[in-house]
Amino acid sequence: MRAIEAFEPPPPSKVNYINAQYGLKSWLLTKDHKRIALLYLGSITFFFFIGGLYALMIRLELLTPQGDLLQSTTYNKVFTQHGIIMIFFFLIPSIPATLGNFLVPMMIGAKDLAFPRVNLLSWYIYMLGGVITIYALLAGGVDTGWTFYTPFSTTFSNSYVVATGLGIFVNGFSSILTGLNFIVTIHTMRAPGMTWFRLPLFIWSHYATSLIMILGTPVVAITILLLAFERVARVGIFDPALGGDPILFQHLFWFYSHPAVYIMVLPSMGVVSELIANFSRKNIFGYKFVAFSSLAIAVFGFLVWGHHLFVTSQSVYAGMIFSFLSFAVAIPSAIKVFNWTATLFKSSISYDTPMLYALGFIGLFTIGGMTGLFLASLATDVHLSDTYFVVAHFHYIMVGGALMGYLGGLHYWWPKISGRMYPEGWGRFAALVIFVGFNLTFLPQFVAGYLGMPRRYHAYPPEFQVFNVLSTAGASILGFGMLIPAIYLVWSMRYGKHAEANPWHLPGLEWRTQSPPPTENFEHTPIVDWEAYEFAPPEEMEVVGRFRRELETA
Amino acid sequence: MQSWIPLVPESASTVSSKVDAIYFYLSGVTLFFTLLISAILVFFVVRYRRRSPYEIPRPIAGSHKLETLWTIIPFVIAMTIFGWSARVYFEQYRPPQNAMEVYVVGKQWMWKIQHSTGQREINELHVPVGRKIKLIMTTEDVIHDFFVPAFRMKADVVPGKYTTEWFEATKTGTYHLFCAEYCGMNHSGMIGQVIVMEPREFDNWLTGNLSNTTPAVAGQQLFQSLGCVSCHGANGEGGRGPTLAGLYGKQTRLAGGETVVADESYLRESILNPQAKLVEGFGPIMPTFQGQVSEDQVMQLLAFIKSLQVTNPQQSAPAASPTSTRATTQATPRPNPK
Repeated sequence: MRAIEAFEPPPPSKVNYINAQYGLKSWLLTKDHKRIALLYLGSITFFFFIGGLYALMIRLELLTPQGDLLQSTTYNKVFTQHGIIMIFFFLIPSIPATLGNFLVPMMIGAKDLAFPRVNLLSWYIYMLGGVITIYALLAGGVDTGWTFYTPFSTTFSNSYVVATGLGIFVNGFSSILTGLNFIVTIHTMRAPGMTWFRLPLFIWSHYATSLIMILGTPVVAITILLLAFERVARVGIFDPALGGDPILFQHLFWFYSHPAVYIMVLPSMGVVSELIANFSRKNIFGYKFVAFSSLAIAVFGFLVWGHHLFVTSQSVYAGMIFSFLSFAVAIPSAIKVFNWTATLFKSSISYDTPMLYALGFIGLFTIGGMTGLFLASLATDVHLSDTYFVVAHFHYIMVGGALMGYLGGLHYWWPKISGRMYPEGWGRFAALVIFVGFNLTFLPQFVAGYLGMPRRYHAYPPEFQVFNVLSTAGASILGFGMLIPAIYLVWSMRYGKHAEANPWHLPGLEWRTQSPPPTENFEHTPIVDWEAYEFAPPEEMEVVGRFRRELETA
Repeated sequence: MQSWIPLVPESASTVSSKVDAIYFYLSGVTLFFTLLISAILVFFVVRYRRRSPYEIPRPIAGSHKLETLWTIIPFVIAMTIFGWSARVYFEQYRPPQNAMEVYVVGKQWMWKIQHSTGQREINELHVPVGRKIKLIMTTEDVIHDFFVPAFRMKADVVPGKYTTEWFEATKTGTYHLFCAEYCGMNHSGMIGQVIVMEPREFDNWLTGNLSNTTPAVAGQQLFQSLGCVSCHGANGEGGRGPTLAGLYGKQTRLAGGETVVADESYLRESILNPQAKLVEGFGPIMPTFQGQVSEDQVMQLLAFIKSLQVTNPQQSAPAASPTSTRATTQATPRPNPK
């Protein structure tokens, strides 16, 4: 690629979506999906760093066995708010609302999403939810754990449960609107020739994610509403003293919150499919299996919530069924991992930063997925439930999986989004630091968990200290690693090298328009007559006409 | 303390080695697949690195054979774990018949424990080695969870009902007891110890901690002072209310024609919410005792009801002499459902 990089592209003189209009109003009232994606990018980054600060406080407190840095009430609020901010205000919107918002129309050859105003509305709703939640945190915070288990949350907690719940309730509607917009857009706005099986896998995974968003989010909205009624009016849904059932809350909560894990990781899988294919110049091995495995995850994901309740006195037979289904939902994920790996066979792999994140994702997601089996398995879950093993497992999925995919995708599309290149050397360095820091943080927690260290403990018996010291050391490296991209990406917006239309020389539609794209994305509506991931030599890639080759079947 | 960092907690119950075996199997499978995928990735990444900016590899569409293979193999492995683990789970959550019963009440942020011989403990549980112990648990406030890592056992303690947990310790020693379900401010302080003793030592311990009243005796006193006797009879022989003697563990016909097993949870519900499941042939005349009896007292009433025997009501009232509890660790005989 060196030879090509020698050509310094001229600075874009053309009008693009960023310089088309100026002024705050042009941003706050925009209907352009790309600008809305940037609004989201700024907002979720803000929330990510708040959530990160909470993580830092947790790790510092746990450096020593005694609860000495924070009071227990403060610590309980800190881990609760870390979870709420990271899950509802960073991870769930992360890839769909930024990369998805920017790229779903571009990758299918559309001018915008189907409902541009609804798209803007979703950002305002997100911000309103965010403001309410920030208010709740500043007013005194919330200490129920992000899971809001009753009757602690309804009767015993003296914190801002209803205000925080309201923030999450409101925020949920932005998710629903985004999902709705994607589904309609993908169904109705594909460019001529863009058939379902020519869609990039990023689109398939967003389609599956959107299904979960519109089917699952209303359930958590209802659950939070019931929780608020119970807390304010004591209506007796969850309170056993009034004839309610506290475990009912857990069923309702996990009916959304388990699929929500797939809202977080499916888009990331879509990004990784793009990265693996494009940085190895190879079509995805078993395209249809990867596409349909996303849908399978979306559907089966709704049937496994009961595996969070194996120790709650749920019937042992119900436990058995949920265990079986949880093992079943692991299979589509395994299929993806095998297909990504097989894609690399006899390919041409470059070591650019996004590819490093994608390779990291496969390794970490494999560990995250496999350790999920320990928790789907009934007998081991009895021991591991509510220990640090669970904490380590879901961080491997959410950070090792979702966050790695997000960072990989952000680097990959950064030239398209910003019109500038990020510094490659720094990018690789940061990816390495994050990978090492992440593993050092969470690997020791698997061991601490099996040894029996319960989660959400402010102080702990001294024999667990060695694992916590390792974790805190890792978290410091991870935190430092996260700062590097934050700095160089901002830096590159002003000082980065100008990006060409297609800096990676790839066939995808989003690369067949200038960087950054014009407001209407494409000068002419593109006509698609190539398959997904159909690569041609770089000099051919500029031309819309491409090489057609017989697909070789292994 | 060991000089080497342990990877597995102490194993001190009959199920713990079974759970460990599944854990090791799972760890092996995880390690194998993680290393396999990583090794293949590293090999491909090195072997197929881009050598020229212009190289375009030949596309490969896919292979149904391979897809089938890597769908079926993981599924089969998953099913072996599932089946094995489910079997052990049934063992973990089905308390045996002849277990020694201990009552546990969780409360922000302490564990209150009472043996059926009357001894009370807080944040400590003394048990004999080699004896099946069944905990009957509830809570006065939020959900807690009784977790003993060395036994590989935990169960949630849920307000409004009884949950059970059982174990048989195989090794004497002192083991951690943790509350594993987040329960508020001092959650991490809701910890204690399970002390497993030789049976003889345990009997000595029981004697040294004699209590004036066993739960069954205390329950009998409550049964009188709360006026239960006027409808259920002094020895639970029944009257305007259903017969209680011999009721525990039996199938009971309800007014609607359904049947329930008169277990702890049903009896508890019938005390606190009598109209919920009326016994066939009886009117809704019993008042609720919600708010009038504490969780401890409900457990005492239960202990009394369980101690009532159907055949010989005169002698079934629990032996009041505390010294008689010395000989045996299981103080309240109850009718065997068989």
